[in-house]
Amino acid sequence: MKALLRLVPGLWLTLLVAAPLALVAVLALSWQADGVPPYEPPWAGQGLNPDNLRLLLEDPHYRDSLLQSLVVAALTGGLCLLLAAPMGIGIARAGRWRNVLLAAVLLPFWTGFLIRIGAWIGLLRDEGWINAVLRALGLTQDPIPLLYTDGAMLLGMVHAYLPFAVLPIFAAATRLDPALEEAAADLGATPGHSFLTVTLPQLLPALAAAFLLVFIPAAGEYVIPELLGPPDATLVGRVVFQEFFQNRDWPVASALALALLALLTGPILLYQRLGRAG
Amino acid sequence: MTPRLVRVLLWAGLAFLWLPVALLVAYAFSASPVPFRWGGFSLRWFAALAANDRLLEAAWLSLRIAAGSATLATLLGGALGWVLARHGPFNGRALLGTLAGTPLVLPEVVTGLSLLLLFVALEGATGWPAGRGALTVLLAHATLGTAYAAVVIQSRLATRDRDLEEAAQDLGATPAAAFATVTLPLMAPALAAGWLLAFTLSLDDVVLASFTSGPSGTTLPVALFSMLRLGMTPEVNALATLLLVAAALTLALVGLLLRRRD
Repeated sequence: MKALLRLVPGLWLTLLVAAPLALVAVLALSWQADGVPPYEPPWAGQGLNPDNLRLLLEDPHYRDSLLQSLVVAALTGGLCLLLAAPMGIGIARAGRWRNVLLAAVLLPFWTGFLIRIGAWIGLLRDEGWINAVLRALGLTQDPIPLLYTDGAMLLGMVHAYLPFAVLPIFAAATRLDPALEEAAADLGATPGHSFLTVTLPQLLPALAAAFLLVFIPAAGEYVIPELLGPPDATLVGRVVFQEFFQNRDWPVASALALALLALLTGPILLYQRLGRAG
Repeated sequence: MTPRLVRVLLWAGLAFLWLPVALLVAYAFSASPVPFRWGGFSLRWFAALAANDRLLEAAWLSLRIAAGSATLATLLGGALGWVLARHGPFNGRALLGTLAGTPLVLPEVVTGLSLLLLFVALEGATGWPAGRGALTVLLAHATLGTAYAAVVIQSRLATRDRDLEEAAQDLGATPAAAFATVTLPLMAPALAAGWLLAFTLSLDDVVLASFTSGPSGTTLPVALFSMLRLGMTPEVNALATLLLVAAALTLALVGLLLRRRD
């Protein structure tokens, strides 16, 4: 029984987590081929193919998609942090309303992100709500193009990932000792000063965890750039889809996935370390 | 930050989270065929939704995949959480823990691509699974759900000490009886929470389903995604409203389950 409890999940994870990742690495070193499936593995006769990975470094299309993804993910993480820090602290200090407010942050997360993206499409369209308000106020005659821009994409990402950032900050803020801030105030610190010198340093690990919790999934995001971003926002998630489904170049798609994973390894390890410490 | 500033920013953040959703729901009851334009109160888009066979079929498929994958995930995640929390050190524990945590941190595109490659390679080598569809989506979702369920269950078990089980055994219960009458009831809220989490993840997933489903396995999120690609229709508003109500009820249920046991 004891062995079975370890064996069954162990086998499942080996087959459906470890083996698939190993396959991505194999595919990244394979050859594109006409056929089903459209690739030839290294052991079929041609040996290892270094071109897919080399292409990522040499072709600006792929290189830029990786860089652009990291920039967008970092911007999303930073903006989420700015919004989430006061929210997490505020909820932690809300007394008996704490659980209600926490549910209010989590419920949109629980409703599915597609719906929230749909809401932004409705708001940002040329005939949408925001343009209607701007016109009614006389601020513009013609609709301002808002949808399918970098701004819309970033807005959607921040909206989708904000709850992820609130949770760790909230959890850390509940563990803060209010006596420390009171002591700082008694010793003459202004509220702003005591926040910067007493509260913020204690929250730093949680802020870092919140940033990474947004940054890691945002770096591979596919759906939001596709629905809200401009057509030329070639983030790596989108390029993986294009290479895989449109160009049927499975080896290059796998090489991109592998590169994304390599770039995220540092952040992932750092996040896990922060999680253990907190 | 002063308490007042924190409060103002908190409400601003909540407004940012909720305003688009609130408007979405409000305009679901508008008669206008233009989304987000008021044309008088009407339930016509809910009626249109009820007549949309393609969407209903996708919703039914999604519910079945979500229920099946959540059940599998709870069984596997329950075993994993138990082993990681209670078996102490054993050979391969670190590896098992790492494998269990990996799906939590992998970007969705990487997970989706890797699983598709596995299914294609497996089919090439053994003939199974024959093609891709509901079954392969279910396996993909069960794998992701297992990782999440294991975390929920492991952390629940880690906060409950073993005294109660040991007391039951001291009083003459067999290990199996102690498990059934003491441990399982203690684990039940975490199992339920894990199931609901896996269920929700499955119902919300576009990327894994896009990779691992064939033309026969269009889930609700995938259908919604292709609708949203073409823009927005009031039907989406109505659908979103129904999903929101379902999510609110689910969250309330989870809250009740976890509170009742604490």
